Amino acid sequence: MATASIANHDTAHDAHEHEHHDNFVTKYIFSTDHKMIGKQFLVTGIFWAVIGGFLSILFRLQLGFPDMSLEWLRPLLGGWIDETGKLDPTFYLALVTMHGTIMVFFVLTAGLSGTFSNFLIPLQIGARDMASGFMNMLSYWFFFLSSVIMFISLFIPTGPAGGGWVVYPPLSALEQAIPGSGMGMTLWLVAMTFFIASSLLGGINYITTVINLRTKGMSFSRLPLTIWAFFLTAVIGLLSFPVLFAAALLLVFDRSFGTSFYLSDIYIGGEALPNTGGSPVLYQHLFWFLGHPEVYIVLLPALGITSEIIATNSRKPIFGYKAMIISMLGITILSFIVWAHHMFVSGMNPFLGSIFMFLTLIIAVPSAVKVFNYLTTLWRGNLVFTPGMLFSIGLVSFFISGGLTGIFLGNSAIDIQLHDTYFVVAHFHLVMGSASFFGLMAGVYHWFPKMFGRMMDARLGYVHFWATFVGVYMVFFPMHYIGIAGFPRRYYSWTNFAFSDMYTDLNMFVSVAAIITFGAQFIFLFNFFYSMYRGRKASLNPWRSNTLEWTTPLHPEHGNWPGEIPAVYRWPYDYSKPGAEEDFIPQTVPLSETPESNLPHEQEQVKIELEIMKDEDEVLVPNESES
Amino acid sequence: MYGFLIAVGVLLLLSIIWMVYRIQTLVSVVKGSDKKIASSSNKVNAILFVLFMIGSGVLMFWYSIKEFDNYQLPVASEHGVVTDNLFWITMAVTGLIFLITHVLLFVFPYKYQYKENRKASFYPDNNKLEIIWTTVPGVVLAVLVFTGWMAWSDITAPAPENAHVVEIMGYQFAWEVRYPGADNVLGDYDYRLTSAINSHGVDFTDLNAIDDFPSPVVVIPKGEPVLFKIRARDVLHSVFAPHMRLKMDAVPGMPTRFWFVPTKTTAEMRAELNDPEFEYEIACTEICGRGHFSMKKVIEVVEPAEYQAWLAEQKSFVQQNPALAENLPAELKELAEIQLSEK
Repeated sequence: MATASIANHDTAHDAHEHEHHDNFVTKYIFSTDHKMIGKQFLVTGIFWAVIGGFLSILFRLQLGFPDMSLEWLRPLLGGWIDETGKLDPTFYLALVTMHGTIMVFFVLTAGLSGTFSNFLIPLQIGARDMASGFMNMLSYWFFFLSSVIMFISLFIPTGPAGGGWVVYPPLSALEQAIPGSGMGMTLWLVAMTFFIASSLLGGINYITTVINLRTKGMSFSRLPLTIWAFFLTAVIGLLSFPVLFAAALLLVFDRSFGTSFYLSDIYIGGEALPNTGGSPVLYQHLFWFLGHPEVYIVLLPALGITSEIIATNSRKPIFGYKAMIISMLGITILSFIVWAHHMFVSGMNPFLGSIFMFLTLIIAVPSAVKVFNYLTTLWRGNLVFTPGMLFSIGLVSFFISGGLTGIFLGNSAIDIQLHDTYFVVAHFHLVMGSASFFGLMAGVYHWFPKMFGRMMDARLGYVHFWATFVGVYMVFFPMHYIGIAGFPRRYYSWTNFAFSDMYTDLNMFVSVAAIITFGAQFIFLFNFFYSMYRGRKASLNPWRSNTLEWTTPLHPEHGNWPGEIPAVYRWPYDYSKPGAEEDFIPQTVPLSETPESNLPHEQEQVKIELEIMKDEDEVLVPNESES
Repeated sequence: MYGFLIAVGVLLLLSIIWMVYRIQTLVSVVKGSDKKIASSSNKVNAILFVLFMIGSGVLMFWYSIKEFDNYQLPVASEHGVVTDNLFWITMAVTGLIFLITHVLLFVFPYKYQYKENRKASFYPDNNKLEIIWTTVPGVVLAVLVFTGWMAWSDITAPAPENAHVVEIMGYQFAWEVRYPGADNVLGDYDYRLTSAINSHGVDFTDLNAIDDFPSPVVVIPKGEPVLFKIRARDVLHSVFAPHMRLKMDAVPGMPTRFWFVPTKTTAEMRAELNDPEFEYEIACTEICGRGHFSMKKVIEVVEPAEYQAWLAEQKSFVQQNPALAENLPAELKELAEIQLSEK
């Protein structure tokens, strides 16, 4: 079979045209095929999303129904439900910590970037696979190992890490301070180390692949915005994750080897510790040097996916392709120099606060440009509401809502009051959590036909979208009011304070909305797994899209294209071009074949294009006769 | 038994949903609507966007207006009035953008929903537009940043010389308060001196410490600058006085500070809110462990004259517990006694 032989890297064997069979282990487990690795990341990400979502339901029960007996959870939580049937306050903190860690790193970094960078980069740039399939496989298995360790930490007797997902020392360094800082924190650090290794292996691969393995004609100015987003995301990750590793390493030293990088002047548990001279603020600088870029690591891929889906389903070119790239570049660079806006009231020099306020509000400009460009793309389009399109529009809405509240929080004077209140919780859950999650969902609905050769059910997709879209707003919008009222984050209960001894009704409402929204995700789970086996067979290009992945067979083998990799002759957004018969012209259609729709400057390029094609034919013909 | 019945009920419900799902799939296959580019659902989704906009918009305005007094905390400090103003100015600016962008975002799907005989406009770029919507947000943000920066500089400027100093120390899970006494200078401390009788770790060999005194509540005078000197003994904490619009982390090994001018006494606020129970509170806003949600301290704002009277009544650490001064060298002890007797 000619198609299968492409999978062989060694072309010398191709002459024999023998059928190359992967066995179960090399095909589904230790696969080096980027498509399978992408799916592995996706399924693992979905698993973590269910866990992370479930943890949030547990603590929302406590916050919304503080008087409810949680005795019925004892079979699951055991000793973490006390004698009176209440959730243990320490375990509450562990829940919010693990919810944050899981969602930020395991779902929205590995599950989003891992899935779509792996799956789409080779397919959309026209490559057989990643630059290094083996490293790519390692990337997944390091992530898997990290997942196993983090999962185990949920079940140890002292509980998982409980110092918040930022794990600020000294709380995270001292077992005396909170039980989760014992074994749970150790496992957290080990798991994160493997996670960082996984991210770096993946990131190096994404960058190398995009730079080196683009097909003929696929210049950087013809890359789909998805690829630009994945590329820049990988650059951010590559530069910032090592700093998190450094922060974690110093924390390990402080915890286990008696150093004082972060610890100083501590009296705890009836004794004065010997550590002096360390600074907890140093950790915060190091952590947020990753932590802030991390926000864009989860957001940029979602924005890239959205750009692609909105353009395709608006049947219109994305508005301001160049402006989109420039704004993503701007976000990439600025993301590294705004980290200390998380620390306005950490005690750092107020002058630094001024600097970071200026830098932070600059980053709002490229974000605003992106929103306006999305809106203009929709304007006078011919919109098809596929589930992917709905989720993309939802993303833009969250990006606006959550982005605007960032202008409050980036202003250090206003941040004094709002810092670490529910206003912040509302802000980042909308702009980072929900927006990225919607990007992930949009991507799954849009590229499911390419992943599994079948369609997901659209109607279930609509129900899933509307339930989730309304649900997310019902959960996070009320939190703004609670935040303006000054309710602090990570509180087990608010009744100790007169100023926050209210809004029990609103918190109950939020909890109910959270449960319903979580429940609605099972519609998706059903749709996903059912459609994988029983969904309607997809056509080759179900969304009538321009990008390269839709030129592959329905079930592409390892190697993606049987025969030659197609060459690219135009940018990916020739939708509804005046004069063209169809409302889309795939990237593989040469300009010379579409004289009726070419713009004046493209007509110029036709001559060059024809010359190149002629040259290539001359080169190719003797090559073929040799073999 | 009930569990079993519920399980049967759930199973039945699921199988009904399943049947409906299968039937509608088959119907759509028979009708051939799955072959169309945009099915009739396209129109439904387009309408739903508009309905969502109207519904959630009404809900938002109704609740924001109805609950205004509830979520708008009364303000009781000079800089708090400034930051509140900034907050509401930013709210007006961003609120307007929020409304405009969302109206466009939800109306476009309705207006430009798929029609078979229409073609979308090929409109790939417009540099003039890009420049406009880069510079306009840039200018608006610059104005917001500049006003914010002015406020921030004022708030974080060094405290006036005459500010009343109060030390607030966080530990798991409470706050301890120390006043500098008549000299308005806090005595040195060393965390290694911390003990059951000396919870602040005050170094009583420092003469400034002799007249330092503790207090169960933070008492401060209205209309005069107050400087909170903030520190932590074990892990990070954060002093949050919501009515004062004050927040500053308490960091072990690195003292921090925040100064402000309270503008309303507790009694005035009680009258204003018509709530005789009202009290200014301090809460912790940096995760610090099991009791994070219960680190409460009360601030009592009083008239300056009342404050002076209260100060005069207070007994220093050493007076309350002479054992603290026991280990001092003889000459220091003498000095201490003189200083105390002068008071």
